[in-house]
Amino acid sequence: MKNKILPFSVIIIFGIIFFIFYKGLEDSKIYTPDVNTKKEIPMFNTKEFFSLENVKSSSIFELDKIYLLNIWSSWCVPCRQEHPFLMSLNLDNKLNIIGMNYKDNLKNAENFLKELGNPYKGIFIDLDGTIAIEWGAYGVPESFLIYNNEIIKKYIGPLNQELVDEINLLIK
Amino acid sequence: MKFLRFFLIAILLFPLSSINAEENDKRNKITKNLRCLICQGQSVYDSDSEFANSLKIVVDKKLQEGLSDDQIYEYFKTKYGEWILYDPGINKNTYILWLLPLLIFLIGGAIIYKHFIVKK
Repeated sequence: MKNKILPFSVIIIFGIIFFIFYKGLEDSKIYTPDVNTKKEIPMFNTKEFFSLENVKSSSIFELDKIYLLNIWSSWCVPCRQEHPFLMSLNLDNKLNIIGMNYKDNLKNAENFLKELGNPYKGIFIDLDGTIAIEWGAYGVPESFLIYNNEIIKKYIGPLNQELVDEINLLIK
Repeated sequence: MKFLRFFLIAILLFPLSSINAEENDKRNKITKNLRCLICQGQSVYDSDSEFANSLKIVVDKKLQEGLSDDQIYEYFKTKYGEWILYDPGINKNTYILWLLPLLIFLIGGAIIYKHFIVKK
C-alpha cells in the first residue's frame, strides 16, 4: 500500500505541472489590450498643432458628438497606409476626426499632411508621448472612437476597409 | 575667503544631489517592475523604445506630484491592465500561481510524513 502512494502522487504532481505548462503554452505572451471596455477619456493639457497655442482636452471633446481620435506620426509607415481610409471617413459629417501627433518633427508632420491631405478637424501634439500613455495607447497608429466623453472602441494598428465599414456602422 | 566660498557651494550642492539620487533610485525601482508592452521580455527600465521612454517620463512626473509607489502602479494598472505589472495580485487568473507552491509543499509534506514519521 505504502509503495503505491509515492508513484501515484508523483504522477499526479507531474500531471498538474504538465497541465499548467501546457495551458501556459497556449497563452499569448504579447500584450493584448482590452478594446471594448468603456472608459472615460483622460484630461490633459496640450498644444494645438498649427498655432502652437495651449489647449485643454475638455475644449476639444464636446458631449453629444462622435469623435475619432487618431494617433499618428510622419515617421510611422502604417500611418501612411491608413491615411486614405481616414480621408474617406472624413466624408461623413457626423464623425469628427481629431489627430494626435505623436513624438514628431512638426515640419515633417506638416509635409505629411500636405502630401496626403488633412482629414483632421483638429490636431494637437504630444511631443514626449506622455499624453498617449494617459490614453492607454502604446504605439502608433492607434484610434479611439469617442462618444459623450467615453471611449467606445479602440483600434490598434492601421485602419483598413473592414474597420472603416465597422466604424460607419457604429456611428449610424 | 576662497575656502569659505568653496565650502558654501559644497554645502549647497550636496543635499540637492542626494535628493536627486533618491528620486532616481525610486524611479528605477518602479520602472523595473513595469513590463515594456511592446518589447518582449524586457522591463521598462531595460528598454529604450519610444513607449518605454515616455513611460519613464510619466513615472518621473508622478513622483514629482508626490504619488506613492502603489499609487503609480495602480495608475498604470487602470491604463493598461494587470499585464503591465511584473508582480501580479491574486485574482481568478493568478490564484493557481499563488496557491500551487503551497499545495505542492503540503503534498510533499504529507509524503514525507507518511514515509518517514509514520514508519517509525
